[in-house]
Amino acid sequence: MLTRRIIPCLDVKDNRVVKGVNFLNLRDAGDPVELGARYSDEGADELVFLDITATIRSRKTIVELVEKVAENVFIPFTVGGGISTVEQMDTLLRSGAEKVSVNTAAVENPELIAEAARRFGNQCVVLAIDARRSERRPGKWIVTVKAGSEPTDIDAIEWAARGEQLGAGEILLTSMDADGTKAGYDNELNKAISDAINIPVIASGGAGKLEHLYDAIVDGCADAVLMASITHFGNYNIRQIKEYLRDRGIPMNL
Amino acid sequence: MIVVIDYNVGNVRSVCGAFRHLGYDAELSCDPNVVEAAWGLVLPGVAAFGYAINALGPLAGLIKELAAAGKPLLGICVGYQMLFEKSCEYGQHEGLGLISGQVLPIPPGRVIPHMGWNLVRLGGDMDLFAGLGAERYFYFAHSYCAEVSDDQARIAYTDYGFDLVASVQKENIYGVQFHPEKSGNHGLEVLRNFHEICRKAGT
Repeated sequence: MLTRRIIPCLDVKDNRVVKGVNFLNLRDAGDPVELGARYSDEGADELVFLDITATIRSRKTIVELVEKVAENVFIPFTVGGGISTVEQMDTLLRSGAEKVSVNTAAVENPELIAEAARRFGNQCVVLAIDARRSERRPGKWIVTVKAGSEPTDIDAIEWAARGEQLGAGEILLTSMDADGTKAGYDNELNKAISDAINIPVIASGGAGKLEHLYDAIVDGCADAVLMASITHFGNYNIRQIKEYLRDRGIPMNL
Repeated sequence: MIVVIDYNVGNVRSVCGAFRHLGYDAELSCDPNVVEAAWGLVLPGVAAFGYAINALGPLAGLIKELAAAGKPLLGICVGYQMLFEKSCEYGQHEGLGLISGQVLPIPPGRVIPHMGWNLVRLGGDMDLFAGLGAERYFYFAHSYCAEVSDDQARIAYTDYGFDLVASVQKENIYGVQFHPEKSGNHGLEVLRNFHEICRKAGT
């Protein structure tokens, strides 16, 4: 049976892992290669590295980072942040990343998803969606872009479904309302998206305790859970997380 | 030396890196002379089927020839799917035809792609899995799967609501649907076993 996945997320800025609240107030969490290797040793199922500066200069740094991670880590990892062309994706994949995630560039040019899927296969293409609860339409979420700083008028559920049609192999779904709050995932959002599509959904944003991960899988129907603060700052290690979930009946690779 | 076929797309580096991490000599190449001199060959698993088989170009003929002559060949993910006769991923494509069977979409009614760690029931008679016991988790990421019709092939399965073929072996030709280079220590063990198979064949 396919297990649910535990995925630490490493937001990278100036070659350091950082973590903030609602994408602000960044706190240093260590060296990305070391932290990635530690998570791999602890039994993480995958890793995600996000270049949160995504400048021309940081793009070169992130390729070097991917190469170093690939030399040390033998589990899959996804790289994202500011990716806007298939050539950039190709460079990252050739450098050792298993998957690439696209966000703002896919909203601006949805054909990017299709082009990437045809070339690399859809299992390589992760559509990252930063969703926020709509103030005008209760029970709906809008897509935000540029690291959550700019709202669009796109409905998040419709965008996830369109992404699937275009060839995305997975949705990395971050709740901008929950991110960094440690108050739990937005499981209404997770469930709404999981119900609307047939590709895996990675729930992201809001993990503060182990119960939150269980809820995201059971109530949010997430195929995988992403976390940052709770593992970066030593509250829990991956093994503890997996044992907890396994003991509550969730299939885990342990 | 093991040669990982470089078809100039996607993550071909990780397999090579994994062999080197194990302390083995491995090279990424598409040079026919280098390919011919290798102890064993790996067809890595990246890109869509059509893209990968086209990128292989004239090397396809050489790989078939060398495999027929007994050189160990390991196909990974799409590289494994290319061992079969044909695939329908984004159009109809001919494969290498080294093992009878075809590549079809994973049947609907489940989350697709089949993405993540799944338990593989390892055939005790497959030397690729020597020392790994009866079952192990490996990392999968694919939307298509092989339907094997070769009655000489040995097969290992995983459960995805049906028996999904996770690995196949026909004499010196090996294939794994999962990614051993991304499956942690047990995945590295599979690559170590393949290296051992190649070493024996090469000396």
